[in-house]
Amino acid sequence: MTSDSLETRTLKQASPILTLRGVVIAALVVALLALPALAKVFNSPAAVGLATQVLIYAIAAMSLNLILGYGGMVAFGHAAFFGLGGYAVGILYQHSADNTAFLGFVSGTDSLMVAVVAAMLVGALAAAAIGSLSLRTSGVPFIMITLAFAQMVFFLFVSLKAYGGDDGLMMRRRDILPFINARDDTAYYYICVGLAACWFVFTALIVRSRFGFVLSGLRQNERRMIAIGIAPYRYRLVAFIVAGAGAGLAGALMANYLRFVSPDMMHWSKSGELMMMVILGGAGTLAGPLLGAATMVLLETVLAAQTENWQLYLGCILLAIVMLTRGGLAALFNRLPGGRS
Amino acid sequence: MTASLELQGLCKRFGGLTATDNVSLSVAAGSLHALIGPNGAGKTTLINQVAGDLHPDMGKIRLGGIDIGELPAWQRVRHGLARTFQITQVLPDYTALDNVALAVQVRQGHSFRFLADARKNRDAREQAAQYLQDVGLASRSSSLVSEIGHGERKQLELAVALATRPSLLLLDEPMAGLSPLESQEMIDQLAKLIGKVTIVLVEHDMDAVFALADRISVLVYGRVVATGDGDDIRANEEVRVAYLGEGHD
Amino acid sequence: MIVLEQLLNGVQFGVTLFLMSAGLTLIFGIMGVINLAHGSLYMIGAYAAALVAAYTGSFGLALLGGLAAAATSGVVIEFVVVRRLYDRDHLDQVLATFALILIINQSASMLFGRQPLFVSMPAMLSGSVTLLPGLVYPVYRLIVIGLGLLVAAGLFLLINYTRVGMLVRAGATHRQMVRALGVNVRWLYTVVFGLGALLAGLAGIIAGPITSVQVGMGEQILILAFVVVVIGGLGSVRGAFFGALIAGIVDTLSRAFLPMMFRQLMDGSNADALASGWCC
Repeated sequence: MTSDSLETRTLKQASPILTLRGVVIAALVVALLALPALAKVFNSPAAVGLATQVLIYAIAAMSLNLILGYGGMVAFGHAAFFGLGGYAVGILYQHSADNTAFLGFVSGTDSLMVAVVAAMLVGALAAAAIGSLSLRTSGVPFIMITLAFAQMVFFLFVSLKAYGGDDGLMMRRRDILPFINARDDTAYYYICVGLAACWFVFTALIVRSRFGFVLSGLRQNERRMIAIGIAPYRYRLVAFIVAGAGAGLAGALMANYLRFVSPDMMHWSKSGELMMMVILGGAGTLAGPLLGAATMVLLETVLAAQTENWQLYLGCILLAIVMLTRGGLAALFNRLPGGRS
Repeated sequence: MTASLELQGLCKRFGGLTATDNVSLSVAAGSLHALIGPNGAGKTTLINQVAGDLHPDMGKIRLGGIDIGELPAWQRVRHGLARTFQITQVLPDYTALDNVALAVQVRQGHSFRFLADARKNRDAREQAAQYLQDVGLASRSSSLVSEIGHGERKQLELAVALATRPSLLLLDEPMAGLSPLESQEMIDQLAKLIGKVTIVLVEHDMDAVFALADRISVLVYGRVVATGDGDDIRANEEVRVAYLGEGHD
Repeated sequence: MIVLEQLLNGVQFGVTLFLMSAGLTLIFGIMGVINLAHGSLYMIGAYAAALVAAYTGSFGLALLGGLAAAATSGVVIEFVVVRRLYDRDHLDQVLATFALILIINQSASMLFGRQPLFVSMPAMLSGSVTLLPGLVYPVYRLIVIGLGLLVAAGLFLLINYTRVGMLVRAGATHRQMVRALGVNVRWLYTVVFGLGALLAGLAGIIAGPITSVQVGMGEQILILAFVVVVIGGLGSVRGAFFGALIAGIVDTLSRAFLPMMFRQLMDGSNADALASGWCC
C-alpha cells in the first residue's frame, strides 16, 4: 500500500479521468453495464452467466482480501462462510416451499432481501464464533485452526441428510424481489453488479477509515501497534466478522444464481480458490479481488471447455504465477501511467 | 504528566538462565533514571517486563502507585506507559507522519470508526506534525518509513512514543547506531523532556548517561549491583570491576 | 471389550497420523515451510505400493516400491518447488503447495481413475489373534502399531543421538542461527524433506489395505495432521507423537461411540449422520 501526503494527492485528483488508468477503469465500468447487450450482439449467451459468477466471487474475494490482504491474517477457512451463506438461503427456501419451520420456529422465506440479510447474519455470527477462538493464535497455528474449523463445518453439512447432505440442496426457483424479476438472468446480473459495487465502495471506505488504518498497522507491525495502545484481538475480530458477512452475501447470491447449494461450497479447496483469487489479483489492493476473480473464473471455464483434466493445467498455471510474480495483477495495473506506484 | 515507577523483587528465569535476579528499583516522578550494565546484563529483558511484553516470574511493578503487573502491554500504554525499541519497530508502508498520526488517533480513542477517511483527521495530523517537528523530523514527514535512515527511525520512535502523551517513558538504547552528531541531537531532545515525563533510559553511551541522569542503576547478570547518582557510580568499585574486569585501576 | 478394541484402533490410527505429523512438523520446524502437498506423498506411497503389489504379488516389494516412489517424489518436489519457497511468506507457500495438490491429484486421476482401489492385505498378515479372552484383534493392525512405535523410537534415537539429529533440533529452535553457523543447509533441508516424504509414503502404504486407495485420500488425514502439529508444537517430534496418539484415540472413539450417545438425543438416521461427520 502506498501513501501520499495530502498535497500530492490533491494534485493527482485534479485530473483523474484523463490518465490512461482512468480510461481503463471507465472502459471497464461501461463494459460491465453494457455486457448483456454486448452478449446479445456477439451471440454468446454464456457471457452473462459467467460475468454473474465473476461478480459473486469478486464479493467473496473482496471480503477475504480485507482480512488477508489488508489485515495480514492468513485465514484458510473462508469458504465456510461462503457456504453457510448459501445454505442459509437454501434452507430458508426449502422451509418456505414446504411450509415447515427451521428448528421448529424460524419460518422459511423466498424473499431475496430477507434471505440475503439472513445469510450475511449467519456469515457474521459464524465468523464471530470461529474468529473468537482462532484469533487467539497467529501464524501457522492460525492457518491450521481456521482450516480445521472450516472442515468441521463442511463435514457437518455433509452429514445433514435433512438438507441434502452430500448431494446438496436444490432450489426450484430463485428468491423473489418486489418489482424486479430476479428469475430473469439479465436482471439477476444487474442485481449482482449493484451489490458488488456496494460492497466495493464499502470496502474502500473501511480500508481508508481509522479502523482500516489500525488494521493495516497490525499487519505491518503488531508489536508497534501494541506499543501505542492497541489491543490487536478486537480489531482483527471485527474485521473477521465483517469478512464473514461479505462471504455470506456472496454465498447467498451464488445459491440463488445456481439454484443449488452443496457442501462443496465450503470445502477447503474452495477456500484455496478464494485465496488464489486474492493473491492473483494482488492482495491488499482494492481492484485485486476483482481482477483475481475474473481471471480464475475465466481460466477455469476456458480450461474446462478444452479438457477434462483442466485442474492439472489450472494447477500448473497457478503454480507458475505464485512462483514467478509478486504482487499479482494489480501491481501490473498500478504501473500504468496515472497510477500511484 | 509524570508518574513514579516502582519495581519490587522482579525475577525472571529462562530455563537455567536467570535474566532478572530480584531487581528492586524506585524511580521518582519526573526524574530520569538510567540503567546501565555490560551486554547481556538483562537490561532489555527488564524493560520488556515493565512494558508488559514479558511476564516476570515474581515481583511487583507499580506505575504511579498502581500495580500494572497483570495488565497486558497495550493496557499499560493506556495507563501512560510508552517505550521505544532497541531494534526500531515501525510501520514501513506508511509515512513518518502516518506513523505518528496513528499513535495520536489511538490515544484519542475513536479507532472503531469505519467511514471517515483517517488521513483527513485534521487534528491528529496537526498534532503529529508537531511531534515530528519537536524531534527534528519535520522534513521527512511525508517520506515512507521504509526509505528513511536508521538514525531518523530512532527519532521517529521517540516522536511516536511522545504522541501517546506518556507519564512514563522507557527508552531502550535510543542512541544505538547513531553518529556522534545524531547522538548529540538525541541528548538535547531528551534533556528537554526531563521533568515533563518520567524516563527510564537504558544506554551504553556514557556521555549521554552522565549528562542526563538524575540517578543511575547498574545491572550485572540480572542483578542491580549499585544505584546512585553519577558521582557515586563513577566511584563504585564493583561497577568498575563489572565493566573493566578484575585488576584494573 | 469393544472399548479396548476401539482403543487399539485409535492407537493404530494415531500411529499412522504420527507418521504424517512427524514429517510435517520437521519440515515446518526446520525449514519454516508449510507443505500442503504432504498428503500427496501419502497418496503416492499408497498408489505405488498398490501397483507393485498388483504386478508382483509381493508385499515386501510393494513396500519398497512405495517407499521409493514417495522418496523420489519428495526429492523432485523439493528440488522443483519447495526449494524456492524457503524465503517466501506462508501465504505463498500455502498457495504454491495447494497448486501442487491440484496437479498431483489430477495426474493420479488420469493414471488411476477416480474409483477407489481396494488393496488386499498380505496373506500372512491377514489373520486375527486373541490378545485377551474375548478380545480378538487383526494381526495387520497390530503390526501397524508395532511398526509405528518402531519408527517413533528410531526417530527419537536419530534426533537425540546423532549429528544429523542435533542439526535438526538446532534448526527447529533457531533456523537462522544454523545457517549462520555455516552448516550446509541445502543438504540438511533436502534430507529432512526426504525423510518427511518417506514417512508420509510409509503411512500411505500401510493405510492402503485398511482404508482403500483413492485420489484425495491424503488431504483428509493431512488436515488432522496439521492440527496435531499445532497442538504438539511446531518442530517437536515428541509433541507430534503424543498429539497424534491422543487425536487418533479421540477420533476413533468418538466415531465409534458418538452415534450411540446422539441417539439418546435425537432420531436414528440424523444421529448417525451427525456423529459420523462430527470428527473429521
